[in-house]
Amino acid sequence: MSNKIPKETLVGLYETMLRIRMFEEKVVELYPAQEMKTPVHLYIGQEAIAAGVCLNLVKDDYLLSNHRGHGHCIAKGTDMGVMMAEFYGKAGGCSGGKGGSMHLVDPENSIPGNSAIVGGGIPMAVGAALASQIKGLKSVAVTFFGDGAVDEGVFHESMSFASLKKLPVVFVCENNLYATNSHITARHPTGDIAGSAGAYGVPGVCVDGNDPEAVYECSKEAVERARKGTGPSLIEARTYRWKGHVGPDADFEKGCRPEEELREWMEKCPVKRFRERLLTSGVMSAEEMDGLRSAVAEEVDKAVSFSDKSPWPDTAELTRGLYYEGGGK
Amino acid sequence: MPWTTVPKMERTPGVEPGSREITYREALNEALSQMLGIDERVFIMGEGVDDPGGVFGTTKGLPEKFGDARVFDTPLAENALTGIAMGAALAGMRPVLVHMRVDFLPISLDQIINHAAKWHYMFGGKVHVPMVIRAITGRGWGSAAQHSQSLQALFANIPGLKVVMPSTPYDAKGLLMAAVADGNPVIFLEHRWLYEAAGHVPEEPYLVPIGKGEIRRKGKDATIVGVSHMAREAVAAAELLANEGIDSEVIDLRAVRPMDSPLVIESVRKTGRLVVADTGWKLCGIGAELVARVAEEALGELKAPPLRINIPDVPTPSSPVLEEAYYPGKDDIAAGVRQLLGK
Ligand SMILES: Cc1ncc(C[n+]2csc(CCOP(=O)(O)OP(=O)(O)O)c2C)c(N)n1
Repeated sequence: MSNKIPKETLVGLYETMLRIRMFEEKVVELYPAQEMKTPVHLYIGQEAIAAGVCLNLVKDDYLLSNHRGHGHCIAKGTDMGVMMAEFYGKAGGCSGGKGGSMHLVDPENSIPGNSAIVGGGIPMAVGAALASQIKGLKSVAVTFFGDGAVDEGVFHESMSFASLKKLPVVFVCENNLYATNSHITARHPTGDIAGSAGAYGVPGVCVDGNDPEAVYECSKEAVERARKGTGPSLIEARTYRWKGHVGPDADFEKGCRPEEELREWMEKCPVKRFRERLLTSGVMSAEEMDGLRSAVAEEVDKAVSFSDKSPWPDTAELTRGLYYEGGGK
Repeated sequence: MPWTTVPKMERTPGVEPGSREITYREALNEALSQMLGIDERVFIMGEGVDDPGGVFGTTKGLPEKFGDARVFDTPLAENALTGIAMGAALAGMRPVLVHMRVDFLPISLDQIINHAAKWHYMFGGKVHVPMVIRAITGRGWGSAAQHSQSLQALFANIPGLKVVMPSTPYDAKGLLMAAVADGNPVIFLEHRWLYEAAGHVPEEPYLVPIGKGEIRRKGKDATIVGVSHMAREAVAAAELLANEGIDSEVIDLRAVRPMDSPLVIESVRKTGRLVVADTGWKLCGIGAELVARVAEEALGELKAPPLRINIPDVPTPSSPVLEEAYYPGKDDIAAGVRQLLGK
């Protein structure tokens, strides 16, 4: 157990991971009823990354994420109720039912919207960082993306520009080895994503993405660098997704990957491992753990009932809201 | 999975008993397989073409049969891959580049619009770009604004491209083989809801001419033009109307560039009424172009103002209630025809 990280941060990391895990387990439970009519890209197995990165952020720091964005938004502080309602297509959803699970938004928390186009959010994070620099603010921008997004030209263009302008942006690549069902070896010549940062004069680190403390520490450094005006960083966090690319089932069932591989990674479950470490080091007691679990369960249930109670959008909403009508505000 | 579930479709009416019927997805698979077999310059690449799913089954079995040098998975690098396909085409190959959704094509627009579409003309006909870009128009299950678009009008606007949108298994096979054989950059747009549609498809290779529409039903009271999935809805609408004594002619456009407006104009000269049903948006859309061409050549023959059936002029919403309201279908087409007839 790291003694550099204060106790309340360790508890915060665990709590965040648990909130993500339990929220998504609820989605897995509810999904087969086929009432949540939106494709869900589950984050189970990757929780340590969102938690480790976002615990270094403040409300005014920007977050730009992707199709697999539930965990990122929860970690940044988005209310689970408006997320759940969005999944169900309700009027109370964060996007009013217009976006679905891939298009979460939370401007209050400096989340200006998730893109479902691979790589789509990366340049926007660079732009948010540019705005912060121009305005002379201390806000940092973080973007989460998968190893698949590193295939895209926009990743490289964005890294280059961010480095050129020394922008306060942290690139976080969640390398879960697959893009849909394509293994990284089918898409990348070396598999060394962190190493590509060097080409742009950006520091790149590769970290165990199932270890929340390791992620927390390296992103703390990256966020501090950004805040000081030293420029961008790239973090490659190696991890694994347990569920299918989309939906609540496992991929090996369709023959898309070896079951053995999933079993090995499940052994490295970030939530379970961290729980054990907190217990053995005495940071949290079993009772505290239980208390936390029931508090989160209650929060998740509230999110579901918020969604249940939320009305459907009025069909007149269909043609409303194409343009912003607030003028110069 | 619900988001990949494709609604079941009725068999093609009027097909002789005993003739072979296969689905749209099987027809595409067969076309690719036969092209790979016939022409050694053909190769297929795209994200997930070697998946167990095989791009809705359309590339299933091909990597095993033809090897991974000719059918292979790619990085997610749409623009570069378009240029790579184009380079291979310039160097004598016949690439087929596959995209799971048409929504990923905007990333490739530089290579498609500025390069592939221009090359033959810009170099005085010295070179040409024989490549096919297959892309799937999604729909349903809350896929929202970035996963359900119908971008045919965007491509139709660009000289140098051909844009094909088959609605039947027969056309899917014949048009795909024609696209590969064409010698020009062809954007081949498939609608996800058509994959399960079954129909007569000959076993031997054959070509369906690109740019020729097809009359699906003869009639005298009104002309309904359908594009892609809406061509099927148009046939269904005509059946509804027939029960009411309204006799409509249905034209399946099959390609939007070149656009078979002569066939439509000829039909309108006979019926005097035109409804265009497209899967895309109205403004500057396929219907706009057809109506304009009819107005240019046969304005005097129109007994009623033409009518267009489109999705509303907004991106696709996710919520099931909004999505339900978003897509027009056979009832909207039938209502349109009744309106033109004052019924
Ligand atoms: C530009 C683009 N190409 C293809 C897709 C289809 N697609 C959606 S997610 C995905 C895989 C993304 O993999 P990765 O970036 O590694 O993220 P992960 O899903 O593993 O979290 C693909 C190919 C897309 N949405 N956008």
